[in-house]
Amino acid sequence: MTLLTILIDGIAYGMVLFVLASGLSVTLGLMNFVNLAHGAFAMVGGYVTVLLMQRLGVPFLATLPAAFLVAAAAGLVLERTLYRPMYAKSHLDQVMFSIGLVFMAVAAMKYAVGSQQQIISLPSFLLGRFDVFGVSVGRYRLFVIVLCGLLALALHWGFVKTRFGSRLRAAVDDARVARGLGIPVTALFAVTFAVGSGLAGLGGALGVELLGLDPTFPLKFMIYFLIVVTVGGTTTITGPFFAAMLLGVADVGGKYFIPQAGAFIIYGVMVALLILRPEGLFARSRS
Amino acid sequence: MSTADLTARVRGSLVLARKWHPAEFVVWVMAAAAFVLFPRQLLLLNEIAILALFALSLDLILGYAGIVSLGHAAFLGMGAYTAGLIALHVTADPLVGLVIGMAASGLLGLVTSPLVLKGNDLTRLMVTLGIGLLMLELANSLGWLTGGADGLQGIAMGKILGLFEFDLFGKTAYAYSLTVLFLLFVLARRIVHSPFGLSLRAVRDNPLRAASSGVPIPWRLAAVYTLSAAYAGAAGALLAQTTQFVSLDVLDFHRSADVMLVLIIGGAGWLYGGIVGAAVFKLLQDWIAWFTPQYWQFWIGLFLVAFVLGGREILHGGIRALVARVSGRRGGGS
Repeated sequence: MTLLTILIDGIAYGMVLFVLASGLSVTLGLMNFVNLAHGAFAMVGGYVTVLLMQRLGVPFLATLPAAFLVAAAAGLVLERTLYRPMYAKSHLDQVMFSIGLVFMAVAAMKYAVGSQQQIISLPSFLLGRFDVFGVSVGRYRLFVIVLCGLLALALHWGFVKTRFGSRLRAAVDDARVARGLGIPVTALFAVTFAVGSGLAGLGGALGVELLGLDPTFPLKFMIYFLIVVTVGGTTTITGPFFAAMLLGVADVGGKYFIPQAGAFIIYGVMVALLILRPEGLFARSRS
Repeated sequence: MSTADLTARVRGSLVLARKWHPAEFVVWVMAAAAFVLFPRQLLLLNEIAILALFALSLDLILGYAGIVSLGHAAFLGMGAYTAGLIALHVTADPLVGLVIGMAASGLLGLVTSPLVLKGNDLTRLMVTLGIGLLMLELANSLGWLTGGADGLQGIAMGKILGLFEFDLFGKTAYAYSLTVLFLLFVLARRIVHSPFGLSLRAVRDNPLRAASSGVPIPWRLAAVYTLSAAYAGAAGALLAQTTQFVSLDVLDFHRSADVMLVLIIGGAGWLYGGIVGAAVFKLLQDWIAWFTPQYWQFWIGLFLVAFVLGGREILHGGIRALVARVSGRRGGGS
């Protein structure tokens, strides 16, 4: 295994993390809502893919939109019913609330499908490796990099260039003034939440092969999403993107070179970064 | 009014706040009476006492200083592993293990306290979560010391004070844990009603104003964080000694989440909150686990969501009103 292969694996891993965490970077990063249950939406997406493939024989690629839609629908319903009253509450309340949701999601998934690791068989054109200028690249990883790269570009474009994006930024900066200007803040937040949950679902589906999937998924990866968002900073989409890349490469590299250290490196790096840059690695200082 | 008058008045109100309310005696008498009334439930009671101590430790920083920690298990684990290792390699005397466990956790708190003084709520949340996870990874990778995934086994405890031997039914264990809880509670009660404790509350409610009236915020927070860590270490040491077993579970995230839950149920910033919460939580858990052993977490989660969404004000408002009525004009909250 060459360095470049590790780098590419790391980037693919980071890309999935980015798609998983992108929704959280909006709710936590922008709306300042501590949603520790974000991983539950990712798990829903993952299980949609697994169950559709195992029980109904749906091809892998066709399950991806389904994973997005089901998770987005779940996000929309929960935002309307449970999340909205929590926006104005304290961080502590939000933490307790979302931990409660995680506990429920984990136990419910255990009850519904059992606690074993889920395995999917990818279609043959995504299997195996091929050489690019002497570097061995996994097909699935390349597929993930391309797909998630496009998604990242689309998100950046949607956030910075579109009317929706500028309205959202306005609503986040000052919901009251935005409302006064006639921006439908409530609906905007609901749509954003749904899209974020959908992306988490898609990330979960893409991640079954790379991250594994079992009912403890939301707890196991919670810290990774949080790292991406808090380290990446909250003012842009690009911050979390680079944080995710960094995290992916560091994690894959660390596991390859110093396997006995486990996740130690990641947590250590996070704590160190947060002390040095409490507002996030790429954030402009915000009072 | 002269300064001397003012000082006297402040001192007087501090002394008044320190006075024990009759209802408080009832709580402790009930806790002691449980020893005789529920002889078959002593193991559960022991767990409640330990959890209450752990929640008390979180209350010191969360309820009184406003520091939200998601990694408090780090200190519980530190105390548990230290006490376990002392018992295995140094001495079987429980009190020595308890004191050294507390000291080790306090030291860890002191060393990590600069990390939580920076940044906002969210940064603090993440840093404490990070410290908790780091400790878990550390205990996992130092397998030669901690036994890794198998944990510390074969811990044999000596008699407490050379007199009381640990038994199978948790008789000594509950008496021991309850005594430690009581002593540390009295100390905590004393501390939060001291000028130091009042300055903490000032910091919690309005850091800017506290700083401008001369409270050295970083020092105060570091001190209470260290104290809280030592308390958590005591809970960990009791856990290790009374169950005679330590595993990675003591450092798991769910420990940090559970203790926060306990404190929220009982009410933060009210020393009895941890005790009430621990009793409610353990009994609830025990009851749910009795009819659905595998999925009790679901019901705890549901309870939590409902509680935060609607019930918290109702429940705590009710308790507060009751306390106010019972204690009359003197005002409840200890």
